[in-house]
Amino acid sequence: MCATCGCSGTAVVRLVTADHEHAGHEHAGADHEHAGHEHGSRGDERTVQLQQKVLAKNDRLAGANRDWLRQRDILAINLMSSPGAGKTTLLERTAAELAGQVSISVIEGDQAAALDATRIRAAGCQVVQVNTGVGCHLDAEMVAEALRVLDPPGGSVVVIENVGNLVCPALFDLGEQARVVLASVTEGADKPVKYPHMFRQADLVLVTKTDLLRYVDFDTERHAADVRSLRPAAELLPLSATTGAGMRDWYDWLRRRTAGHHAR
Amino acid sequence: MHELAITESVVEAVTERLPGATITCVRLEIGALSGVVADSVRFCFDLVTEGTNLEGARLEITETAGRCRCRACGGEFEPDGPIPVCPCGGIEITVLSGQEFKIASVQVAA
Repeated sequence: MCATCGCSGTAVVRLVTADHEHAGHEHAGADHEHAGHEHGSRGDERTVQLQQKVLAKNDRLAGANRDWLRQRDILAINLMSSPGAGKTTLLERTAAELAGQVSISVIEGDQAAALDATRIRAAGCQVVQVNTGVGCHLDAEMVAEALRVLDPPGGSVVVIENVGNLVCPALFDLGEQARVVLASVTEGADKPVKYPHMFRQADLVLVTKTDLLRYVDFDTERHAADVRSLRPAAELLPLSATTGAGMRDWYDWLRRRTAGHHAR
Repeated sequence: MHELAITESVVEAVTERLPGATITCVRLEIGALSGVVADSVRFCFDLVTEGTNLEGARLEITETAGRCRCRACGGEFEPDGPIPVCPCGGIEITVLSGQEFKIASVQVAA
């Protein structure tokens, strides 16, 4: 073992930096060079370079999910919003109205309870509930397990209804092919500015509860401009899952994505 | 709130890479556009490391600046808020850096 840094070709420690792999190389003596990594000089301590993304494990598992889904020709959508924006209501109506046209199954993420799963099941969908406990988001490992249990048919759509939260889910790739964010008009139009990370990754923003627009102060144009400033490529669709207004545009988007997905 | 789970990921990643090692210091790099709040990670760190090989370790965080390129004028700039706007007024931007969140290095007791 190298006395200076403790690196060794046989030890469990593998020292890797961006420009210097430090495992298994020869040490010629006390005057050998160690380019690229620093050495701790605090007594009996040593510095180990990791240069590792903190979420590397989640990203790896998400990649495996993506491969799994691709092999089965399944389109997975990560559906995100604050609590109460209307994710479950949207899915209930979508499942009922697309029954027989698009095969949809659902992974439900909530901290506790299976209320949403019961609602989705009643709407005719296969559903798996994931309770995250204290966790504020779904991660790729939870989704991998849920996919195994759900066993969705090839060529179908899996909607992953994330935990209601505009902050944490934005950071965790689940292996989805599309990110859909709901913004209800009752929340106010300032959400994109307040939660930029969520909106910066959205492929589609659904402006929900538009039947309530006449009762609330929601600046539709300002909201759309803020979304586009964060994510120029994002599509925006206003709708009401209560009255059905705008739902056809959402179904068209879904069919388009499904067809585009199958064509790849 | 996700900083709790994120800080747990730090502990998990370090213990996976260095099983059994006593860690005395962890150095993180957090980009300005990463969505991770350094102060929240600091707040969670002692809580999350308790009972692990990282218990009592110092936490050193380097916050790195964001860098963006404007698609309108082609210029590069450092954003000063969560929504990057180019000095030319352009809002269609490409994030060049500042989204990273990584464990740079750790200090291991012999």
